[in-house]
Amino acid sequence: MKTHNIKNVFKEGPISSEFIANSIAKHQSKTTIGAHNIFLGQVRADEIDEKTVTSIEYTAYKDMANEKFHEIREAAFEKYNLTCMHIYHSLGIVKSGEICLFVFVSSKRRKEVFPAIEYIVNAIKAHVPIFGKEVFEDASHQWKVNS
Amino acid sequence: MNLNIKYFGMLTEVTQCREETIEFTQNTVSELLNALFSKYPSLKEKNFQVAQNQTLVTKDTTISNPEIALLPPFAGG
Repeated sequence: MKTHNIKNVFKEGPISSEFIANSIAKHQSKTTIGAHNIFLGQVRADEIDEKTVTSIEYTAYKDMANEKFHEIREAAFEKYNLTCMHIYHSLGIVKSGEICLFVFVSSKRRKEVFPAIEYIVNAIKAHVPIFGKEVFEDASHQWKVNS
Repeated sequence: MNLNIKYFGMLTEVTQCREETIEFTQNTVSELLNALFSKYPSLKEKNFQVAQNQTLVTKDTTISNPEIALLPPFAGG
């Protein structure tokens, strides 16, 4: 089993398309890779009781969350034949339309990357202690719960 | 033992703090929760899990580590 160090998955604010593009570019030197798969979580402008969500403010139990991300990474490497995997999640305010989660998996062949990304994203939603305050245009708020 | 209790998300609106130190002389998570419910009555109506030293625990668990966290439903992604 491969072992990887515990990384800090969190980034302050939204994940920019430039950051995502750079991540893709960095893999051009890894020529054993034949397939990448990317999941991007975007903040939705949900309408609740005639009010629209304008942003989500994320907080987390950081140490436990990074440990959980680490366990998810290890489990995914064990389960699927992946060359590499990167996960980034936002903290702080992310406006509707902006990206709050970036999961990037790479493998020799495409067969591995489709189930891998679904497994990782589902595990993040279920097991990582991240909390989201959905803020409306009038500055009132409610707390997001993953379904 | 002095416990460092961390609160997250909607629970910080009940406790009005993100963390606090509480002196705890009993044993189980359930006994700790009773103490917290008398301090913060509306905490009782909230849905949350408890972590000890970054691992989720049940109400019967004996408290042996000072790092306790109350975690409301997760909302990552």
